Amino acid sequence: MIENTKYKNRWNFAFIDESTKKEIRRKLLKAVAIPGYQCPYSSPEMPISRGWGTGGLHVTLAIIGREDIFKIIDQGSDASVNACNLRDFVHAMTGCGTTFDTRKATLIQTRHRITEEALTDKQIYVLQVPQPEPLRSVERYEYRTRQMHGEADYAKMWVSLYESYVRHGDILLGAGYPVRVNGRYIMATTPIPRWDIPNLHQAETPYLFGAGREKRLYAIPPHTTVEPLEFEDVRFHIEDFSGALCYQTGYGKAFLDEIYGDDGSRQWVVNDSNFLDKLKNGETIVPFMNPYLEKLPS
Amino acid sequence: MNGTNDQWLLRVSNLTKIYGEPDERTLEHTGPEWNTNICPFTDSIVACAGVSFDLYPGEVLGIVGESGSGKSTVVKLLYFDLEKTAGEARLSPYDDGRSDMLAASGQQKRRIRNHLMGMVYQNPRDGLNFRFSSGGNIAEKLIMAGQMHVGGIRQRAAFLLEKTEIPVRRMDDTPANFSGGMQQRVQIAKAIANNPPLLFLDEVTTGLDVSVQARVLDLIRELQQELGIAMIVVSHDLSVIRMLTDRTLVMKNGRIVEGGLTDQILQDPQHAYTQLLVSSLL
Repeated sequence: MIENTKYKNRWNFAFIDESTKKEIRRKLLKAVAIPGYQCPYSSPEMPISRGWGTGGLHVTLAIIGREDIFKIIDQGSDASVNACNLRDFVHAMTGCGTTFDTRKATLIQTRHRITEEALTDKQIYVLQVPQPEPLRSVERYEYRTRQMHGEADYAKMWVSLYESYVRHGDILLGAGYPVRVNGRYIMATTPIPRWDIPNLHQAETPYLFGAGREKRLYAIPPHTTVEPLEFEDVRFHIEDFSGALCYQTGYGKAFLDEIYGDDGSRQWVVNDSNFLDKLKNGETIVPFMNPYLEKLPS
Repeated sequence: MNGTNDQWLLRVSNLTKIYGEPDERTLEHTGPEWNTNICPFTDSIVACAGVSFDLYPGEVLGIVGESGSGKSTVVKLLYFDLEKTAGEARLSPYDDGRSDMLAASGQQKRRIRNHLMGMVYQNPRDGLNFRFSSGGNIAEKLIMAGQMHVGGIRQRAAFLLEKTEIPVRRMDDTPANFSGGMQQRVQIAKAIANNPPLLFLDEVTTGLDVSVQARVLDLIRELQQELGIAMIVVSHDLSVIRMLTDRTLVMKNGRIVEGGLTDQILQDPQHAYTQLLVSSLL
């Protein structure tokens, strides 16, 4: 007998109704077709409030299938509250497999990090975005920023970088450093650290960005040029941990968290929890490699 | 196009800006003869109409008139701050003066603005971003023209600030902390950052006290002589016009009522309104 899946549950597969999913998929196609362009979409109601990962959830639920293996991380951790609850929700709504293992996952949703382990062309990477508009800090009006994107008028953005350099001696943007995608649109990298930005460039994996509160989708398709904004004499650089090593594994080529002890002492630990576990278990890992990481002393 | 007299830098013909919904009677029933620029039938407002003139390289043209006469509108139309209703303007470095720059695409307009024009507004807040440092304001123009070297930008900004007599060590202060005269000079530095052939000055000395006015005017005259920039100077102040300009247009109710050499206009005004203007000079 063919199993009746349609009326088995009181909710539709993946929570969102089919026509809305179709709409989100169409907007995703548009976003992929114009790399870095912010595509408006419906942003339907979710059982969590907008701005708490709804954008990422919309993308995930619109593209997930029954065979997918889902992984979700929050600031690098599989076990944080936000990650756990969204994982439970997606699993309950789809019955998909879930995993902590970056390698095994086919669909990864994330808040504010890209995994240390290299991603493949068999995976899709979904990012939750709080503020999709990179120009918001220099231009408060939406109609003006749209015009600026339309005409590639990015002088104000550059001036703000110049100002930051003049005032502080460096471009002080820890997270969400702006990038130019495919030589055209300037795009907000959702608050991922600078560390992860080179991994967006010419990647194997499609990166899909969803901003639920702001109702925007955008994307970096595989093998797309992504350049962080930099001047000829003031270059982009990744975080400098000054040679600090993970206190659990002695590893130094990953993004590190700084942990303060009760006595004021400091220790560092690898931020990506699955990566840390694999390091501890001595499993073979293929981490992301990029020119900035290669420059680090090993 | 015009093989005989194409020495001009800017050729403006029939430039018109009307707010509201005009009909065919609007232009006939407004203007200095009617002493109004509001159409009695449609209530549309004729900010300026039928403005035509040529500007030659290195020339300084004054536009004078009472407030509401449309002089600022002309400059703002030419600087793309406003959209024209009719007419055209050709700039000889843009497409060799063959096409109307006012009909160009937004991207082209921005290019023209960044490479071929500079603007100094009456209010420094219109021309400067007070959240950026004065160096950053100048950098904006340079970046728009493709300068992507911070060291180079700072060198050029320092040079321009020195030229406009602003202490270079105040380069990284915001113009909000400057006096009115200094703000105006930062605006001038920004406007000439890319060596444009054409500069618009919209009531630049209004609101400054007399000694500061004199220094700003001196600066403008110096720059004009040194760099040979063509300028359009808009002012209601005849002494400014006398000091800066070679040729003057007198506007009233959105129309040009008289034009000619500045000395001639001031010595021997022909139109009744110009006579009034000259005679009311303090």
